[in-house]
This record gives sequence, C-alpha cells and structure tokens, in this order.
Amino acid sequence: MTTQSAPKLIDLQIMWNRLIAVVEEQAQVLIRTAFSPIVRECGDLSAGIFDLRGRMLAQAVTGTPGHVNSMAESVKHFIRHFPIGTMKEGDAYITNDPWMGTGHLNDFVVTTPAFHNGKPVGLFSCTSHLMDIGGIGFGPDGTDVFMEGLSIPMLKLIDQGKVNETLMAMIRVNTRLPVDTEGDTYSLAACNEVGVKRLNEMMGEFGIDSLDALGTYICDRSREAVLAEIAKLPKGTWHNTMRVDGYDAPIDLIAAVTVTDAGIHVDYTGTSPASRYGINVPHAYTTAYTVFGLGCVVASQIPNNAGSLAPLTVSAPLGCILNAPKPAPVAIRHVVGQMLPDVVFGCLCQAIPERVPAEGTSCLWNLIVRGETQSGSGRNYGFSMAITSNGGTGARFDKDGLSATAYPSGVRGTPVEIAETETPLIFWRKELRPDSGGAGRTRGGLGQIIEVGSGIGTPFEILAAFDRIDHPPRGRDGGHDGAAGYIGLKSGKVMRGKGFQEIPPSDRLVVMTPGGAGLGDPHTRNRGRVAQDVAEGVVLAAGATAYGV
Amino acid sequence: MSTANSAVRLAADIGGTFTDIVLERGGRRLTRKVLTTQQRPEEGVLDGVRLVLDDAGLHLSDIDVFVHGTTLATNAIIERRGAKTALIATDGFRDVVEIGTESRYDQYDLSIEKPKPLVPRALRFTVPERIDVHGSVRVPLDEGAVAAVAPSLRAQGVESVAFAFLHSYANPAHEQRAAAILKQKMPQLWITLSCEVCPEIREYERTSTAIANAYVQPLMDGYLARMAEALTARQFRGAIYLVTSGGGLTAIETARRFPVRLVESGPAGGAIFAAQTALQLGEDKVVSFDMGGTTAKICLIEKGEPKTARLFEVDRASRFIKGSGLPVRAPVIEMVEIGAGGGSIATVDALKRVNVGPESAGSEPGPACYARGGMHPTVTDADVVLGMIDPQRFAGGTIRLDADRSRAALAQDVGKPLGLSPETAAYAVHEMVCENMASAARVHAVERGAVIAQHTLIAFGGAAPLHAARVAEKIGVARVVVPPNAGVGSAIGFLAAPISYELVRSRHTRLEAFDAGAVSSLLAEMSAEARALVEPGARGLPVTERRRAYMRYVGQGHEIPVTLPAGKLASNDVPALRAEFEREYATLFARPIPGAAIEALTWSVTVSTAPPAIERAQPVTLNTAAKPRGTCAVFDGRNETMIHVPLYRREDVRAGTLLPGPAIIAEDETSTFVSANFTAHIDNAGCIVLNRKPSGT
Repeated sequence: MTTQSAPKLIDLQIMWNRLIAVVEEQAQVLIRTAFSPIVRECGDLSAGIFDLRGRMLAQAVTGTPGHVNSMAESVKHFIRHFPIGTMKEGDAYITNDPWMGTGHLNDFVVTTPAFHNGKPVGLFSCTSHLMDIGGIGFGPDGTDVFMEGLSIPMLKLIDQGKVNETLMAMIRVNTRLPVDTEGDTYSLAACNEVGVKRLNEMMGEFGIDSLDALGTYICDRSREAVLAEIAKLPKGTWHNTMRVDGYDAPIDLIAAVTVTDAGIHVDYTGTSPASRYGINVPHAYTTAYTVFGLGCVVASQIPNNAGSLAPLTVSAPLGCILNAPKPAPVAIRHVVGQMLPDVVFGCLCQAIPERVPAEGTSCLWNLIVRGETQSGSGRNYGFSMAITSNGGTGARFDKDGLSATAYPSGVRGTPVEIAETETPLIFWRKELRPDSGGAGRTRGGLGQIIEVGSGIGTPFEILAAFDRIDHPPRGRDGGHDGAAGYIGLKSGKVMRGKGFQEIPPSDRLVVMTPGGAGLGDPHTRNRGRVAQDVAEGVVLAAGATAYGV
Repeated sequence: MSTANSAVRLAADIGGTFTDIVLERGGRRLTRKVLTTQQRPEEGVLDGVRLVLDDAGLHLSDIDVFVHGTTLATNAIIERRGAKTALIATDGFRDVVEIGTESRYDQYDLSIEKPKPLVPRALRFTVPERIDVHGSVRVPLDEGAVAAVAPSLRAQGVESVAFAFLHSYANPAHEQRAAAILKQKMPQLWITLSCEVCPEIREYERTSTAIANAYVQPLMDGYLARMAEALTARQFRGAIYLVTSGGGLTAIETARRFPVRLVESGPAGGAIFAAQTALQLGEDKVVSFDMGGTTAKICLIEKGEPKTARLFEVDRASRFIKGSGLPVRAPVIEMVEIGAGGGSIATVDALKRVNVGPESAGSEPGPACYARGGMHPTVTDADVVLGMIDPQRFAGGTIRLDADRSRAALAQDVGKPLGLSPETAAYAVHEMVCENMASAARVHAVERGAVIAQHTLIAFGGAAPLHAARVAEKIGVARVVVPPNAGVGSAIGFLAAPISYELVRSRHTRLEAFDAGAVSSLLAEMSAEARALVEPGARGLPVTERRRAYMRYVGQGHEIPVTLPAGKLASNDVPALRAEFEREYATLFARPIPGAAIEALTWSVTVSTAPPAIERAQPVTLNTAAKPRGTCAVFDGRNETMIHVPLYRREDVRAGTLLPGPAIIAEDETSTFVSANFTAHIDNAGCIVLNRKPSGT
C-alpha cells in the first residue's frame, strides 16, 4: 500500500491534519470578519484548499453542504479561466456565476493562488452568502437570472496585491447594501491570505516544495476508505419519488440510487422540468446536496476532499429542475436542493433502514424580510435581512428527530434580539409547535410557531421561499407524517409559500415550520416517552390519540 | 491586616479527584493533596487544611486569607445534581433554551443529541410582558400572571427560579418587578434575574446563563455557608475569597449571589499560575500549556494577564466539539481545551491515520502500562516505549509501569494496521498528539491576533513537560519554561489572583450618534455597582478600574474589546475611540474597512485590587559541566534508531548549569524532555528553562 518510509508516512498524516486545521482557521477568519449577518451569525460559508490540478484536499466543516462540494467544482473553472502559469503572487479571483460558483448570485466565490518560494503550489478558495446583490432581491420571483441581480463573471479581484477598484465600484453601485457587500468581499480575500500564509509555514517546516505527494496520499486514502464503507452496503438499485410544493405547481423529485463496488451513483431521470421561477438548481448544487446526503449515511467520519467525493456521482437530465441551465432563475435554489438528502434517503432506507432517518423539513424556513426603517438612517434602503429559522428533522431509527434544527443545511438560527436590533420588527412568538412532530415508534422533531409584526407601524415585505406546505414530510414504516408548514396573517388570511408578499402594519405574519416525520408504528413507542411528551406539552391531547393514549 | 509579605495565606482547589491545599508564608510554600469528599466537599478541604497547618505548626486563627476554588458548580451541572429549577420567560418564548442555535454541532453525524436544557419544558413558564430593543415597554407586565405561577411552582417542588425576559438587559424593570411579586408569595424561593447575572444581548446565551445560575445556587449557597460556618467555628478570623472563571477573587456574598461565576475556576487558577511565572521571569508574551491525564488546555498570557472571553460552554456532549454544551455568558479566562492527555487513547482510523484521543483511559483502567486492565495504547504508553518515562520511577515510584504491556498494546492497535514497529508506532502517537496540541495553540493564537512563535511556552500538569519541547518546535517557540510545584499549580495561582469583578452590560450605540453623557452615566452606574461588590473584599486596599467597549463595524457579528480612556467620556473622544477600534481590528484581521460605521453593543467595567507584587527572579550565571545521573535509551523516530540520552534528576541540578539536549530531567511528579534543538538550565526561581539552540548547531 505504501512505499514511503515510516517517518515520511507519519509526516503525511500530520500534514493532512495540518491542512484541515489551516482551512478551519481560514473559515474562522471569514466568520469573524464577515458583514453579512447570515455568515457571521449563521455560518453560511465555506473554505477549502486545492492543489494545482484543482483537487480539493481539505475543507472546513463549518461550511454548509451546498457550498462545500460546489465550491470544489468552481476552483476547476477558475483554473480554466486563469491558467496556473498566468497567476501571480498576491492575485485573487472572483465570481458569483451560479453555474461556476455555488448556485446563485448571492454567493461570491474568491480563489487565491498560494505561492511557495516563488512557485505556485496550491489554491485557497472560499465562498459566503452576501445579503444583497441587487435585482429584485433574494426571493424566488425572478423569471430569469438577469432579474436576480449583478452577475460577476470570472474576474481578477486583486492583481498582485492591488484591489480592482473598477470592479469594487461596480459591486457597490449594484447593491442595496454597498458597505456590507464591499466589506464581505474584503473578508473573503483576507481569509484566503491567512490560508496561504499557514500553508507556507507548513511547507517550510516539512521541507516540501509541492503538494503533489500529499494530495495524492490524502485522495487515495480517502477514496479507499469510502470504497471500504460502500463495500459493506448491499448492492443494487433503489428508486424513490418525492413530491414537493414548487412555486406554482408541484414538483416530482425522482431518484435512482445504484450501489456498486465502484461507488454510488444517483440519477434524477424523470424529475420535473425546470420552473419558470427562481427555485431551479444548477447541477453543481444538485451534486453538492446529493453527495452530502450520501456522505452522512455512508462516510460520516471521512473528511471531504476530491478522493472521498470521487466514488459518489450524480446525473440529472439537462433541463430538469435539478440541472437547470442558464438563464434559468436560481436565487432560491436551496429550497429544492436541500430536499435531495431526503430523496436519497428514501432510496437507501430500502437497503439499510436502520441507518436512515424519516423525511424532515429539510429546506430552511428563513424569513427573508425587508422594509423601511424608522428614520431612513442607517442602511440606505431601509432594512433587508434573512432571519434563519428551521422546522423539525425526521425521526431516526432509534432516536426522535431534532426539534427546530437545520438539516441538511448547517446554518445557525438568528437570535430574536439580534434580529430586532437590525430591523424594526417585533417578534411576538417563537417557540416549539406542539403536535407537529410526526407520531411514530420514534417521533419526528418539532417545528416552530413564529409570529412577527412591525414595531414602527409600517408595512414590511416577505420574500417567501418555503416548502412542505402542501406536501409535508412523509412518515415511514407506519410512522405518521410531520405537520405541514404554514404561512399566513394573524388576522386569518393564508399566504403563499413562495414569492413576494406584504404584511400590513396593523397585522402580523404567522409562520409555522413543519415537523419531522415519524418512524415506525406509534403504538410501539415506549410508553414512558409518550407520557413524557404529554407532560412536556410537545404532544397535546389530540396528538396523543395517535399513540393510543 | 498583615502586609502581603508577612501574611499567612491558604488556598484550596477542589478538583474532581483531588483537593489541593497550599499554605504560603513569607514566600515559602507548603502543599498537601487529599482526596475530594464528593458529598460534603468542605470536609476534605478542612482535613487538608488541618494537615498543612500541622506541617507548618500553625492554627486557623493564624491565617489571614483563605482563597478557594472549586469545580462543584461545574460538576453539579455535568452530573445534573442541581436544584429543581423553573424558568419564567416572556409569553411566546417558552423554548428559547431548547431551540438554542438551531444548528448541529457535527454536520455529518445523523445521530447527534442536542444539549439537554437544565429546565425541562414542563417547568418553563411564560407571562405576558414585552420590552423592545430600546428598552421601551411594548406590553406591560401582567402581574397577576406572575402571581399565578406560584401554585405550580409549589406543587412541583421548585426550589429555584430564573427570570429571563426579552431585552431585559435594556430595561430590567419587568424582571425586577416579577421577582418581587414571586418573592412575596414564596419567600424561601431562590431567584436569579437574567438582567443581573448576564445583562447582555442574545436571548439564548442570557437565558442559559440565568438558568445555570439558578440551578447551582441552592447547592453552592449551602456549601459556602457551611464552609464559612466551619471556619468561623475553628477560630478563623481572616478573609475568605472565591475564585471566579474570570480569574479574579470575589467575596463569599457575591459568590452566593452569582455562583455561575465560579464555574471553570480551577482551570483559571492554572492560567494565573502561569501568568505569575511569566511575571517572575519577565516574559511579556506567554502561551500556557497545561496537559494532564485527559485534556490539554492552552491559554495566551500577555504582560502577565491571561486573555479573557465572555462566553464558554459547560458539559459538552461529545468530544470537546464547540456547540455541544450549554452556553454560559460570563467573564472567563479564555482557553482552548482538547482531548489530549497522558491517558488519551491512540487508534488507527478508517483512513489508516494515527488518531489520538479524545477518548481517554483515565486513571481507571488507565494506560496499558498500569496493568490495571487497560488494553489500548495511550500517550503515556507511547512515552514509555520511546524511553522518555522511566517505568520504575513513575509518580515517584508509586506506580510501577509495565513497558511490555505498552509495547504490546501499541503493536496491536497501531503498529500492525500500519506495518510499523512498536517503537515507530509510539513515535507516530507522540508526534500526532504534539501536532494536535500545536494546531490548537496555533488556531487559538490566530483567533486572538497573536503570533504564536513570539511567545514563551510555560508548561505544567503531569504530562506537559514531556511534550512541551516538541510542541514548541512545531509552533516555532524559542523558549520553554517548566515551573516548580507544577502539580498544584492551580492552587498556587489562586494566591496570586486579584480581588476583582467585571460587570458587563449591553447598550447599543453607534459612534456617529455617540451620546457621551448617556454612556458616561451608564459606566458610572456600573462602576459604583462593581466597586460595591469588590470593596468589602478589598478591605481598604486601593482598587483600579478598567472600562472597555465591545465594538464592531455595523453589520458584523463579533465584537472586539476596546479599552476606554479614564474619566468621563466626551463627544470629542469619538475619533480616538474609532482609531483605537481600527487599531485593534487591524491587529486581528490585517486591515480595517475604510469608512464603515462603527457601533458598540456592550460595555464592561472591571474593578480590581492590584495583584500581589511579584519579584523578578535574579538572572542566573550560566556554567557548563553537569554530570548526568546516568543515561537512558530513547527512540529517535525521525532516524528510526535508539539514542542514548543523559538523564538528570531535577533536585541534583544546580541553578545555572547548562544541560544541552537531548536530555531528560526527571523528578517525582513528572519528567522534562529536552529535545536536541534546546539547551536547558534551572534558573533562580527554580524553573527549568529550555532555550532553542542557535540554528546550525
């Protein structure tokens, strides 16, 4: 298996650990310097190191799955546009192209070459979600990508240490939040610079002048480990169809998962065509969430890199909602993309039921809101904020689902007191939603009830991007469905799950996030757990009947 | 009261297993280690105190100062042994502590469990009231609803209650009024207000902190009262202080009100011990490295002051992962703790990589070489096989180590899967654990904007001196110090802590609209409150005050502490505040953001007595030629050969004698490994000092 001497082998292992520490540090710098609240409070970012062939060698685990794997692909696009031989020390490159980056215009990807002793040795890349990139705003209502905001093609952001001021001016003038957007662009570049510095220190310490041997070692070991895990699985093909709400018509997500000794392939043939609205998913993002779902089940202990990702492959017919080409609108691609782990789980549960949870809320239930501020001071166009919130996750084979918890996304919720500092809104309620977890031998996690109104007597707008309102998470093996999501006004009017809508100043927005589905016959649930759920008020009298109580 | 030098001072550190007692008089120290008596910890303390007093020929009536640190509060939370506690929150916000951060601390693990709140849902009540972000009342407090909670509390046998209303840091009136109503109904109830224990923005952390305080308060109060009573009954007439997580001392009355501040006081003692050593040696930039049986703790110390933070976690569910514990927002000496200790277990993972920790063999069954049933190789086993630990003299010869068992365990679990000899496997384990600690130190330094290589490493705790030189090489540090008495470092650290209190309060202010008058009066109010908490303990000693603002660019999420000028603030201080913030920002993040607006979220006032004056150790005259006690065979993994290394006993070596590495300096409690890149000597303070050899030699 190895021709290295023992000390060399140990060095490689230590350098692998070091690279993981370096990208963690890179991510921490990004979190601490970001302006975008969803980055700094919620961790919507990722960071990684790549070799000169564009192979990802390590990635920070703080990132969100949708960024991580799609960022891995984007570095290859950077190398194609800016061949390594043309890169100079102190350069940095940028794009927000949804098809070459991480799936929508709000994500800026910045890639920085690392030089050691004057020679290029690798690349650092990072991406984060910026709050506003112009256009009609961060919502699903655009009917092509041009409506969704400023597009930045593959461009040089920094030329040997000198910032591209023309580009910065273009960015500033095209966003409702110029200071934040410019600040975030700087912080992306700064975090890569930290990575470059650390990589140099490591290469000096271990006396290496290229990452080739290390990269090959990391990728080989990781691929072997993933293949060893796959070898333990039953082989075959399993099918699943999951219907979700969509924008104006339901969408069928259809998957075939094939497990062979060579890897796992997921094919989405049969899936509904692309939507007219901004819930379409570029292929890289489809791959990202699919592979993430597979990774959680099959290889959760193996770090992400080009080697561990290689045996996990994805295909989707061009033109379907999971492989929507330009100029399809894609702003809210996460709502559909985040459903994909559930789609894959629905296949895998036929082969390895004890390792796979029931369906959950899956997509984020972010309140994307904007409106006026009291004095017009502060931000130049009032406020605009994504208040991150979540529903319940699906029941696990031997444990209940998690209440009000993001999955598959890894972002954190926004504190109410922070949301109220940055917007003139008042939250009147944000607590768990009783009876929302699907009944089962193990119960689904609970959703939340959120009630919010204006604190200054002005209307505000929501760019709704919610799913699982018409199609709640489905129970498994006798488990019940999770509660469907809901959006409406306090006065009683039911609102649409997707799209721009206004909340009148005298009314309040009421959002109920879905509960996770249950797993197994509720009558077989441990009676003590049922009694405890009732005592805690997470299951009410009405809900207890499902358990035969 | 006696002056600092002639005073007789006593410190007790109650740990999970041992209680350490240190008695100090005129610069001399006597120490004792006794077993912790879990049920009534004061008994163990009093036993140990009696022993050390006998050693010194003194009585309790001779003691001027008794300083006391304890993990009792921490353990009560970890073991869920606190009081039956209820929460009363704003209507609509019953589940703040269960909703938490809505995130998963491990992205890929589908089977994680979230930290379990200390208050179950059935004991979380809400009442109609609402205060907004500006402190204005949006919904008046429903006093009847508060009173109506009392019968439920009684029925359920609740002992302690936490109030945590939204934005109570901006206006405490509702919490205060609600507490008064409940207190009148139930006079024996313990009550914690979030606006007092943690008047800071972010409801999850504030609520969690208030609950933790309420949860440990009855237990800690009982313990502290019994302790005070027992001491008084034994003619103790001195002052009692408790050590806080922030590394300051506090009077017993304050500790009884805010016991959550006593959580994490033990590790704080270690950091103060290192800080004291730093001052003695005149080291301005220090990284302390405390490696015991289960974990390693790393702390940055600048000019004798450990770095502090405002948030930590208790009871992390798994593997030291951030986010898996209960958050407590209180001033704390900032440390990173990783699962790397002498007992940490080495494995080969699915990727055929050597992995060390975080699982630990602990003291039972312990490392394989203890021959108490431990079958898996640990860091200590690796050190034994490498020849760095003398199996005959471990822990002063009290534990005989079986090197064959170490070798067999390493061969089985690490050597075979990787095709390595037991010795090379041991080298891999040693390297990996050192790398893990070096990584933790490096990342921690970066987060604080420090350059780790410019620091001196101060190593203590049983396992640190064996690994410190290698860690230093990895992080580029040029000097390593191993102070004497490292085994009871925390208790010694307690004696060096100032009496202090840090008050923190959120008030959102933008610099462009800076209201100097309002901020000044807030700071004056906080100053008066902090002084009132410190002065009873200070007993006339002069106090100093430090005021800080936690500032950020508008829109950012993390605040940076900026020291404020003394005296009343005026509007023309704004340019100086901006400049100071931008200077701090550039230190941490390379460059400031041109033209961005700046805001302050939180303000802090620390009132403290001057720490005891520390005498600088006299420089030592260096000379050569020390005869080793013998040699020992140490495996050099890089060259895969055995080399013979001189062995010294610490007590044999005279101050100033140069011991070029490689060498081992053994003592009863531990051994220091001097790698080939360092030269060691013992200085006039009794510290072993390792200096990196000039390169090329």
